[in-house]
Amino acid sequence: MSERPILLEASDVAKHFGGVKALRGVSLTIREGEIYGLIGPNGAGKTTFFNCLTGLYVPNGGRIVFAGAELDTSAPHKVAARGIARTFQNIRLFAHMTALENVMVGRHQRTRAGVFGAIFRTPGTRAEEAAIQRRAEELLHYVGIADRAHDLAKHLSYGDQRRLEIARALATEPRLLALDEPAAGMNASETGELRTLIEGIRKDGITVLLIEHDVKLVMGLCDRVAVLDYGEKICEDVPAVVQKDPRVITAYLGAEAQPAGSEVAHG
Amino acid sequence: MSWNDLKHDRRVLWAGYAAIGIVLAVLPFLVGAGLGNAWLRILNFAMLYIMLALGLNIVVGFAGLLDLGYIAFYAVGAYLYALLASPHFGLHWPVWAILPLGAVVAGGAGALLGAPTLRLRGDYLAIVTLGFGEIIRIFMNNLNAPVNITNGPQGISSIDPFHVGGVTLAKPLSVLGVTVPSLHAYYYLFLLLALVIIFVTIRLEDSRIGRAWVAIREDEIAAKACGINVRNIKLLAFSMGATFGGVAGGLFASFQGFVSPESFGLMESIMVLCMVVLGGMGHIPGVILGGILLTILPEAFRHAAVPLQKYAFGKVVVDPESLRMLLFGLALIAVMLYRPAGLWPSATRKRELQGGSK
Amino acid sequence: MDIFLQQIINGLVLGSIYALVALGYTMVYGILGLINFAHGEVVMIGALTALTVVKLLAGSGLPGPVIALIGLMAAAPVCMAIGYGIEKIAYRPLRKAPRLAPLITAIGVSIVLQNLAMMVWGRSYHSFPAVLPAEAHEVLGATFTDLQVIIVLVAAGMMAGLLLLINRTRLGRAMRATAENPAIAQLMGVNVNHIISLTFVIGSALAAVAGLMVSANYSIAHYYMGFILGLKAFTAAVLGGIGNLAGAMIGGILLGLIESLGAGYIGDITGGFLGSHYQDVFAFFVLILVLVFRPSGLVGEKVAERA
Repeated sequence: MSERPILLEASDVAKHFGGVKALRGVSLTIREGEIYGLIGPNGAGKTTFFNCLTGLYVPNGGRIVFAGAELDTSAPHKVAARGIARTFQNIRLFAHMTALENVMVGRHQRTRAGVFGAIFRTPGTRAEEAAIQRRAEELLHYVGIADRAHDLAKHLSYGDQRRLEIARALATEPRLLALDEPAAGMNASETGELRTLIEGIRKDGITVLLIEHDVKLVMGLCDRVAVLDYGEKICEDVPAVVQKDPRVITAYLGAEAQPAGSEVAHG
Repeated sequence: MSWNDLKHDRRVLWAGYAAIGIVLAVLPFLVGAGLGNAWLRILNFAMLYIMLALGLNIVVGFAGLLDLGYIAFYAVGAYLYALLASPHFGLHWPVWAILPLGAVVAGGAGALLGAPTLRLRGDYLAIVTLGFGEIIRIFMNNLNAPVNITNGPQGISSIDPFHVGGVTLAKPLSVLGVTVPSLHAYYYLFLLLALVIIFVTIRLEDSRIGRAWVAIREDEIAAKACGINVRNIKLLAFSMGATFGGVAGGLFASFQGFVSPESFGLMESIMVLCMVVLGGMGHIPGVILGGILLTILPEAFRHAAVPLQKYAFGKVVVDPESLRMLLFGLALIAVMLYRPAGLWPSATRKRELQGGSK
Repeated sequence: MDIFLQQIINGLVLGSIYALVALGYTMVYGILGLINFAHGEVVMIGALTALTVVKLLAGSGLPGPVIALIGLMAAAPVCMAIGYGIEKIAYRPLRKAPRLAPLITAIGVSIVLQNLAMMVWGRSYHSFPAVLPAEAHEVLGATFTDLQVIIVLVAAGMMAGLLLLINRTRLGRAMRATAENPAIAQLMGVNVNHIISLTFVIGSALAAVAGLMVSANYSIAHYYMGFILGLKAFTAAVLGGIGNLAGAMIGGILLGLIESLGAGYIGDITGGFLGSHYQDVFAFFVLILVLVFRPSGLVGEKVAERA
């Protein structure tokens, strides 16, 4: 994998909340086309890193280079424009819009129609609107919920809501898709389908950054894994190595090192 | 054949439109002849309020930004018209210049007042917009000294009526041999502009911009993550809403011939907000219904207040003015208690209420 | 210097009244997260009820302060009953409704109360009989009356009492718990509905006191007074950080000071261009500045960015 070009390089990203140092200078490198896992105990700073990366938080230090140029994380929409899309740990859909409309919103950045075009419905706007809808339908089909297109997002099942969020993120045409615990709350068969979906996304040329608690999923899916603990990266390697790293085992199980199982349970 | 099939039959649809068109066309003559000119004026005001309600609906209903100072933009449009077309400054600009200018200035004011409020949420936004509304009103009230700009509480009178070329709406018009009285002519003008605004609103709702507004209302953070420039889209909502207000304000000034700060108080903002919420926030037909009902209802109560008392007690016991407002207040409460999502909510809202939420 | 001191005194008196009313807004907001738009009208009803009773007793030979106290005794239950009723009728059924629905019913209640008051008391201004000591004292060129001193002291006393109630009693603990998380409070055995009703009742009692004060201070009351007073008090609550009791008090006093200093000096500041009738602009202008630069209010800390 390591011969692939670098897509994202974060160096010394730090974030403090008052006296709490949520991120203490995290550096990591994600290469094009890989599935990169970010794991760690609760409160290790995984989601904080996501929020810094996607412009929801202003980091206190560090820089991020994406696709060869400095990433301006001052506003989320600028990050999205550069080609980074994300999902949220506690699903954030537009509850009173249909599934299709949710994905259509994802096309916002990649389309141009303004007030004038909307009012006069110029040929250009009309073509664009049709393209938006077509693409949204394709994406719903892609994640496997085409039959729910006209249901309100809030009426979708939990698993379908996760898929819808991924479809919406894909609609922004990302080069890097950041998924925040996509398998949370899913049963085994749903997780299996999710895994297939993520592998498919990678196959289509999109790099995936994955925060996940389901260690089995991470180890089976990711090319490389970084482990965060107390806001610091304590380890970064291929899953087989990470799994056996004593620092990781300690971080997950606490100081009183119990026998390490391959399944590290978490609440 | 069920009602739904009927609704989707194109011929039925067109017949329906034609029927509505005919009703709207003859309405002023029916109202004028049947109920008198007072009601015709009320009908004209209903058109203005529909424009205002639809403008506020963009801000509150679509984008979810609670604005309690919306009437300020109505005021901007009205005062702009009054200043540029009255003896006050001796200016008599043509309508075709003032109305678009009013729309642009109000739209600019919308963006200007919206800008500092972008970070505010919910009730904080409400109170700041309310503050802006009051500030504008207070300035209108007091900018008569040392330089007389607004003529203070006395307001500006003798404003030019709506006129294009040599044709003025102040006098009865003769169109194809039919004499159209002034009130009726204003009705057609307002109807036309209300239809334009309805059309614009429908088009905007079903567009990339409209989806972005609703997305912000639903979840601002998710909207940002989807690549929406929330700041610009919010400003656009404020600005579009204000534009409608500016146009309605200009029309109001030309129709009334007189403007004063009294017409633009907080109660007016609240009235327009009630129209939006009571009708069905975010749902265009509902908002139109709200605009019509809340214009007509208080007037109907006014006309009913005296006869009703005479009938019940044989004499007028309480002040009819307060009785009508009392009834109006009770109606507001009753409607909200029984239909919290408004009288005519959008289908998705209705589904949500019936289906029960999670 | 004397103008400055005078405006400070006036501002303190005005601010004390704002603070009392603001407490009513902020308590309700803290627990239900809604603007009790009708609260200003409760103040108005309190003022007019007290004024009516005081007028009746004015010639009875009773000492002035006793008359005022009886007026308050009459106004407080009326206001408390109205506060209780408002919550029960207009807000409780809508607790799970869309957010703007209770705002509209509140506006409805406001209109109803205003017009009921107009039916009972008419459109005219009522003057408040001079039963309270109004002797003027002079300090450093500024004057203040006994009445003004009483207003500030009573307001301070009421606020101290409320703080004790909220922070030191079982009831206060239940109120704080409900404000923090109603569902959990319910699980812990707090009767949430009861607490919410009580919040309205306490807020309305404060409103009655404020009503008496404002009508005694300006010697006048009328059916329309609640609107602008409520608006200012709400502004004060937001200024301090809505939902925060100390914030409401600070916000109220501050708004009173800003208004009266603003009214006193605006002419000088603008070289005579703007006069003292721009007093209200000051209140709103400061409010907007505070909210834009410190959206959670001066004391508020609760609003955190969710992500």
